[in-house]
Amino acid sequence: MRSRVRRYGPPLLLISPSLVLVGVFVYVLIARNLWTSMTDNHTAAQANGRKDVSFVFLENYVALFKSPQFQHSLWNLVLFTAVFLVGAMIVGFVWAWLLERPLPGGRVFQTVYLFPMAISFVASGVVWRWLLNSNQGDSATGLNRLFQMVGLDVLENPWWNQVTFGIAAIAIPAIWQLSGYVMALFLAGFRGVPDDLREAARMDGASSLQMYRHVIFPQLTPVLMSAIVIIAHMSLKSFDLIMSISKPANYQTKVPAVDMYVFKSSFDYANAAAVGTVLLAFIAILIVPYLIQQHRERTR
Amino acid sequence: MNTTTSAPPSAAPLGESSPLASRGRGAPGTRPTPVGRTLRYLVILLGVLFVLIPVYVLVITSFKTGGDASPARAWALPHTWTFENWQRAWTALAPALGRSLSLVIPSTIISSVLGCLNGFVLSRWRFPGADIVFTLILFGMFLPYQAVMIPLLQLVLATEIPNGIPSLILLHVVFGIPITTLIFRNYFETIPHELIEAATVDGAGMLRTFSSVALPIAIPGFVVVGIWQFTSAWNDFLFAVFFSTPRNGPVTLALNNLANGALLTDYGVSMAGALLASLPTLVVYVLLSRYFIAGLMSGSVKG
Amino acid sequence: MLDRRRFLALSSTALGVGALAACGSGGDSGSGGDGGTDVEVFTWWASGSEKAGLDALVKVFGEQHSDFTFVNGAVAGGAGSAAKDMLQSRLQASDPPDTFQAHAGAELQDYIDAAQIEDVSGLYDEYKLTDAFPKDLVDRLTVEGKIYSIPSNIHRSNVVWANAKVLEKAGIDTKKAPGSVDDFLADLEKAKGAGVTALSVGTTWCQVNLLEAILMSELGSEKYNGLFDGKTAWDDAAVTSSLEAFQKMMGYTNSDRDSLDWPDATQQLIDGKAAYNVMGDWAEAAFQQAKLKDGEDYTYFPLPGKEKIFGFLADSFTLPVGAPNADGAKAWLDTLSSKDGQLAFNLAKGSIPARTDVDESQFGTYSQTALKSFAEDAISPSIAHGAAVPVAWLNDLSDATSQFTTGASDLAAYQKALVAAADKYAS
Repeated sequence: MRSRVRRYGPPLLLISPSLVLVGVFVYVLIARNLWTSMTDNHTAAQANGRKDVSFVFLENYVALFKSPQFQHSLWNLVLFTAVFLVGAMIVGFVWAWLLERPLPGGRVFQTVYLFPMAISFVASGVVWRWLLNSNQGDSATGLNRLFQMVGLDVLENPWWNQVTFGIAAIAIPAIWQLSGYVMALFLAGFRGVPDDLREAARMDGASSLQMYRHVIFPQLTPVLMSAIVIIAHMSLKSFDLIMSISKPANYQTKVPAVDMYVFKSSFDYANAAAVGTVLLAFIAILIVPYLIQQHRERTR
Repeated sequence: MNTTTSAPPSAAPLGESSPLASRGRGAPGTRPTPVGRTLRYLVILLGVLFVLIPVYVLVITSFKTGGDASPARAWALPHTWTFENWQRAWTALAPALGRSLSLVIPSTIISSVLGCLNGFVLSRWRFPGADIVFTLILFGMFLPYQAVMIPLLQLVLATEIPNGIPSLILLHVVFGIPITTLIFRNYFETIPHELIEAATVDGAGMLRTFSSVALPIAIPGFVVVGIWQFTSAWNDFLFAVFFSTPRNGPVTLALNNLANGALLTDYGVSMAGALLASLPTLVVYVLLSRYFIAGLMSGSVKG
Repeated sequence: MLDRRRFLALSSTALGVGALAACGSGGDSGSGGDGGTDVEVFTWWASGSEKAGLDALVKVFGEQHSDFTFVNGAVAGGAGSAAKDMLQSRLQASDPPDTFQAHAGAELQDYIDAAQIEDVSGLYDEYKLTDAFPKDLVDRLTVEGKIYSIPSNIHRSNVVWANAKVLEKAGIDTKKAPGSVDDFLADLEKAKGAGVTALSVGTTWCQVNLLEAILMSELGSEKYNGLFDGKTAWDDAAVTSSLEAFQKMMGYTNSDRDSLDWPDATQQLIDGKAAYNVMGDWAEAAFQQAKLKDGEDYTYFPLPGKEKIFGFLADSFTLPVGAPNADGAKAWLDTLSSKDGQLAFNLAKGSIPARTDVDESQFGTYSQTALKSFAEDAISPSIAHGAAVPVAWLNDLSDATSQFTTGASDLAAYQKALVAAADKYAS
């Protein structure tokens, strides 16, 4: 017993501040949030503890999922995630593939591709708001104007200012910002393919295309999984980009994170918490299997 | 216990494939054909164009006067270059830039040190259940903050930490722990055992081993974590919007205010402001991106 | 719970957070500021005529109360929405400004419910305001016998602005206002024929502003006012016809409306790209700034309807609970409710004074019409600007409106959503 304490005491002590902080700020608060989402805490007086709240179980969730407005937010979220994910994966992968082999100037290109990651969504929102201006014809600015100048008038469109698919336009800046990161992940994956595997394939007379297909790509699967998980969870959390390009009151670009902000602004804590929990559920569906699989890998 | 020291990362954990931990160097290239190479450059340049178009707009618009802002001249260079927008943006954002620095530097340092401790313990000085603990911490990395925001507001109020930068430092430290722990854990996984073992054989206790052996070799890890935390704290908007005001909050909030608050949407000032607000992170990237990418790729800074 | 809190506080101090709290942001950590001379006044008046008004008021404040220093806590952003969010987080963090701007009326309800603002009835007696303000206005400010804010100005929300030159081109008589909503729709059709945007409008709240003007015109003041206390049903036939008129009007608007705020929409009028625009009378300042001539370059009239109505909203100032410098706040309230304060402020802002005893001869041509209407016509509270409904109701209403104007719902669904919102909140 004493020896065990001596052995495991110090590491546990070292890690305990972090454990307590994460325990409280993540797990305790999730539970507390769940409770709030099951109360009728919809008014300022309740939020400030001047009036009592009562427990209403799943009432808020039922009302949310029934409301066409929230359904629209969910649709937007799905569409946004799909476009963002597919776009960032394709662009990031192609860039990594192009820069994987040594190339004069390769490092410069890597830096250029990666740098949008350094910019905040709020700052890039400023320029993308202008680029994605919905005006067409004579008063067009931004990308629509650029299309006119290069004679691609057919490409002119209202961007985000369209109720069903408008949100997909907001995924363009998201792709712009994070493709570089996906590229870096894939580059790391490419580098991770052992040289002797490549050598062996070359000895067998594989063409470079075959080499990619049968040797390298299969090795990239875990990287792809990681990249998908990272981008998808970012997409589900998206808030500041949408806030800075559109406005919170615009129906076209509503997503649950924006709804949550609006609920909070009118002291409707119960619904704000419920929306938060819905987002958590989505992310859990995506992340928990991944984490379990990772955990198994580690302990195998 | 320990997985991936020799096997290829066939199903590597997150960090193993990301960043820090893949081993091996670039593959010897296959001999390229001239046509293939030209095509490759062409596609690369297309990508560069996609990345740089918004930058072009930001830069030229920030030097334009109001009259230049007509749609017809949307893509043209300024008639007359003016610094006025930059001056106005600087006046509006300077205090917030200072506050952002006072937020980002301490929170980066504190969360990096905590992450380094955790990573070291979880990879090199294990205890029963360490893997479960790691997984539970890792989940925090993916947590949508909306799912804890309401009780978090109430908790931070209860702790009576002042609204604004002090609250934000606490939040960035706490919610930075998962990612910093992950990166350091994976980094320490790549350090040869012998180094650490040698120290413990000497009879050095854990703290001594940590400070004299682990910390010095963790420098590359610190670079990657530092860059990561610096940019994510600098660019945060969600916490800023809930826990501070333009009066006491970071630059993202002030910029959002500037861009949405002008009497007429004044793109010149907004874009100068956006550039101004991005300069620190851009400088960090441009100066350190070599280390960042190298760190992502190999977990050691070979440059 | 308490133990955990203490532990957290301790561990965060151990992390050096506590030590950092001391430096950081220049001593405005909300602990009462430094000394008792600074008065932080929180507004959303950050630019244009609003800022000019604030500056004029500050000047008077300096003359009347030189022992206090004005600290500008203005937060910019459309119609104050950004500011209100900020304010709310500060109030909840017990870090209130010394005084803050709020729309008079239902918007105050949240602050009252949350016990965040003080009853200032005493100040009304002290500064002799009860007789200085119109009785209508004081009644509107009174909640259960108490008054929680002091109005600084009155705005009118249901004004149609027109570019006279564009109207002439389109063959519309600029000297004679249309007599009904239908006449106005006919004029819109003519304007459209002239190849401009007939009616320019901005983002969601501007659309709600348009809707409320139509509701006032179609329902008349009594029926309109009943929408908010349950006396008029939102599925009333008159509401349906209002929504139909709203739908027709939206058909004449610019497609980029959702990316614009009111100044951009007004600018389209100034630039001659649009013929009409319905907006509160803060737009007057934009025309003045652009050096347009009243009657020659631009004209205006209230949206015509059953009777003459003054669509009313007022800005007012409060005394927050726990204001660091309550004396300074009271001094501010004293200045803004004084004759000199109201005169200086409203002349610069383009609004009309809330006091009825201010010298009106100095006000411009437009303001004279507003003064006359406010004195003579029926008064109805604005929906979009916090006079008629509390924030949560307005959020639902805005959501439904945005859904409708983006084409995601039809008129019947829209009306149903409005009914549902009223059922939820109407007392």
